[in-house]
Amino acid sequence: MVDNDGLLGGRTGGAPLTRLLLVLRVDPPLLLGILAIAVVGMVVLYSAGGASTDLLVQQGVRLGIGLFVMLVAAQIPPRNLRLWSPWLFAGGVGLLVWVLVAGEMGGGARRWIDLGVANVQPSEGMKIAVPMMVAWYLGDRALPPSFARVVVTGALIAVPVAMVAYQPDLGTALLIASAGAFGLFLAGLRWRLMVGVLLAGAALIPVGWHMMYDYQRRRVLTFLDPESDPLGAGYHIIQSKIAVGSGGLYGKGWLNGTQSRLDFLPERSTDFIFAVFGEEFGFFGGALLLFLYLCVIGRALYISAEAQDSFGRLLAGSLALTFFVYVVVNIGMVIGLLPVVGVPLPLVSYGGTSMVTLLCAFGIIMSIHSHKRLLAP
Amino acid sequence: MAGSDRLRDYERETGLYRRRAAAAGLGALLVVLVLIGRLFQLQYLDHQHYATLSNDNRVRIEAISPTRGLIHDRDGRVLAENLPSFTLELVPERVEDLDATLERLRPFVDFDSADVERLQRAWRRARPFEGVPLRFQLSRDAVARLSVNRHRFPGVDIVASLTRHYPWGRTGVHALGYVGRLDQRDLERLDPRAYRATSHVGKNGIEYAYEDVLHGDPGVRRVEVNVDGRVLRVLDEEAPVPGKDIQLTLDLGLQRYAERLLGPEDGAVVALDPRDGAVLALASAPGFDPNLFVNGIGRETYAALRDSPSRPLYNRAIRGQYPPGSTIKPIIALNGLERKSRERDETIHCRGYYTLEGRSHRYRDWKAHGEVNLGEAISQSCDVMFYDLAMDLGMTEMAGFLRKFGLGQQTGIDLPGERGGLIPDPEWKRRARGEPWYSGETVIHGIGQGYMQTTPVQLATAAAQIANRGRPVRPHLLAESAQADVRTDTAEEVPQNGDAVVARAREPVVEPVDLAVETDWDYVIDAMVDVTEGEQGTARAIGWNSPNTIAGKTGTAQVFSIAQGEEYDSEAIAKQLRDHALFIAFAPAEAPRIAVAVIVENGGSGSGTAAPVAQQLIDRWLEEHPPPADGKNDGG
Repeated sequence: MVDNDGLLGGRTGGAPLTRLLLVLRVDPPLLLGILAIAVVGMVVLYSAGGASTDLLVQQGVRLGIGLFVMLVAAQIPPRNLRLWSPWLFAGGVGLLVWVLVAGEMGGGARRWIDLGVANVQPSEGMKIAVPMMVAWYLGDRALPPSFARVVVTGALIAVPVAMVAYQPDLGTALLIASAGAFGLFLAGLRWRLMVGVLLAGAALIPVGWHMMYDYQRRRVLTFLDPESDPLGAGYHIIQSKIAVGSGGLYGKGWLNGTQSRLDFLPERSTDFIFAVFGEEFGFFGGALLLFLYLCVIGRALYISAEAQDSFGRLLAGSLALTFFVYVVVNIGMVIGLLPVVGVPLPLVSYGGTSMVTLLCAFGIIMSIHSHKRLLAP
Repeated sequence: MAGSDRLRDYERETGLYRRRAAAAGLGALLVVLVLIGRLFQLQYLDHQHYATLSNDNRVRIEAISPTRGLIHDRDGRVLAENLPSFTLELVPERVEDLDATLERLRPFVDFDSADVERLQRAWRRARPFEGVPLRFQLSRDAVARLSVNRHRFPGVDIVASLTRHYPWGRTGVHALGYVGRLDQRDLERLDPRAYRATSHVGKNGIEYAYEDVLHGDPGVRRVEVNVDGRVLRVLDEEAPVPGKDIQLTLDLGLQRYAERLLGPEDGAVVALDPRDGAVLALASAPGFDPNLFVNGIGRETYAALRDSPSRPLYNRAIRGQYPPGSTIKPIIALNGLERKSRERDETIHCRGYYTLEGRSHRYRDWKAHGEVNLGEAISQSCDVMFYDLAMDLGMTEMAGFLRKFGLGQQTGIDLPGERGGLIPDPEWKRRARGEPWYSGETVIHGIGQGYMQTTPVQLATAAAQIANRGRPVRPHLLAESAQADVRTDTAEEVPQNGDAVVARAREPVVEPVDLAVETDWDYVIDAMVDVTEGEQGTARAIGWNSPNTIAGKTGTAQVFSIAQGEEYDSEAIAKQLRDHALFIAFAPAEAPRIAVAVIVENGGSGSGTAAPVAQQLIDRWLEEHPPPADGKNDGG
């Protein structure tokens, strides 16, 4: 197999910057979308951080690191990624075991491993390792996968998801599970099977409900309807809905969001940053941001469809859709459509780990796009 | 690359993937549309709701207390004012260790455990970043020392405010009343919105009666607060409307004089202008210093006032109910003349006692008057005449006539807590006691004893009505001239405002008394003048002392009944068992300008203790306010 070395199917020319990007195996439209969202994120973060540049500088540094990781990831040929997949997956699961046994506590959950030099959060890496594993396993044989292989894939996904959920980190578990599930879906999992699995799951709900203790049921109810607990779990969601709703069509204007400026919004620079955005930029701002996300996802899906082998297609596709899950779960939570789950708004929420993971994923997608063989197998 | 266990159709796989990717993309688009739909719902359809919630979150409305109106006497002298005072406040959010802070404050300010208790109670209820008072009315010294050391006490503030002050202390306290700290009971009767920022409210007297006029309307300040409730800035402010000043009919000089005349005795004095019912003086002795109540009277001080046998907190002038005694004789005489039970010159022979036909019980007179007519019976206070007259009239007739002079019912004076007294009749006794009326009871009610109860203000009002020859007045403390000051701008908003209060205060509670023979008035008033000027008048001593023609009537309210055959020896019995001394009067008799009722508890006889008080009060008033030279009645 011969790589095209950045010639991208023979297309050359364009502006010098575009040429440079192509040489660096970076996809200009995808990068543009990412940067646009990141800039919006910086603008909101400045406001959410109380018009201070402290958070901004740190977020900028993280964005720089993330872009560097993306660049590095874009250089790794998909062939190598495929070869590494089982080892990365196995290593990741090993680290998760370590976390469960000897992890560091933080925020009521056991997520971190202290390596002396740095803290490592293995669950974050699984967001990439699991779709890689699924793509590797399913892409190896003819598609759509046989029932047996679906079952094996299901098990491969379930093990890390269960371990992360046990930490407990429901948000990450959800993202890892959806990354794996999208791999299965894109691989051509039969509709009948999907419907069957969903129905079986639905049928199990009453059984599980029946088996729960009262306090567990209450917890589930609060999880589903946070507003039943206005001072506890519901407080976040009530305040964020007030913020978004009071923004109106055009928003209160940048730096004028009273909900955020007067501290009524909790977690406003991290998980609930969309509430700040919605309050200050209104309906049109929110729609524009969603459109930007849609562009990025569309481009990534397009790239995946253009990939030359099943591994590349499945990996790029599931990474793109996982990115979308971030967006939906976060915004859905902020505007009161979904329960509160700790998922950041990608490229906007303040926080380093997810930023790096996400940009690494985009680097992989770019790599898949830029390392095309001249001849199809 | 790993080997394939079956032949792979790459074309087909690519197609499958593209269909799946397209489906996923479509799904993503649909989900985004759902999100946008939800945003539309929140930000457009329900925007108003959330905008309101957001404002409720950030905007706090704070009330600003209005300045309380001042109270002036009839000449504009200030009776109640507002003085700047300094309060020591602690802000819970900024005080780290309350106990330690209090301990460090101790060398600078005096405060006791009651202050700390009150602070701790308020501490828990305080709104965020609201100061909680520890000590009111700091001395200048304490303010100075604290100010220098302010930096040592984070969260401790000295707040300047206005405090009610009564410059004349106990003078007129039973008319003025006092303000006290607003409590839960006050809030139940007042509009809590109007009192959101108010700390003090009228608790008694004029301060209570004209609370709505004196209070004013609170201002409003809209402030922006953060989630902790800390005020970040003032958005806008509407200034409070200060309470209206009010002017009383009370004359400070006369009031002080009345209190001085009562001296150490327990008693009451009510002086009215009979022409319009304006209260010139309303004293109840002993009094107390209303300033004690303004910022919370100490438990011990209060207990001392409450438990004192002289009951200084008790407003005898409007709440004290005493048998009127002989002071009602002029009215009974009028009743007898009106009913033709007696002719003016008809005489009886008074042997010093009265018996009912066929009974042996002797109703005693204080002396044997010999041959007396009705007028002489008034001036000499012959009881036998009125025993007999009462029997002729009957209790029902007599009670009805007494009530026409406002006795036995509230006069409607503009003060809270007035008592009604009692003019009994057989009907009442049946209802209240379930007993029949005995004719012997009618006898003693003819001289104002028995069940009969009247208040000093009732007696003064009745005296004024006699002075007016039947025209009733309603005693009132709010001056006519205050009407202009009292809410004329809100005439449409009656009835709870000043206009209505003034109007209500002018309407007498009884109808005018029209006698068939108009000169009966002159006959009775002349007899009352004889009380002070006649050779045998019971109060002739004051007539000699006074340059004025005073029409009066002495009275004695029995505290202690004397057994048959015993002599009443006032020297020998304990002071608290002595009779109450009463005197009603008005002067000048021909054109009355002042009507007075005096009661001296356990004063013995009306002529000896009560009459001189009334006389000196009348003389002073008429000397300071001489009738116009032409002798014409100057208005009223």
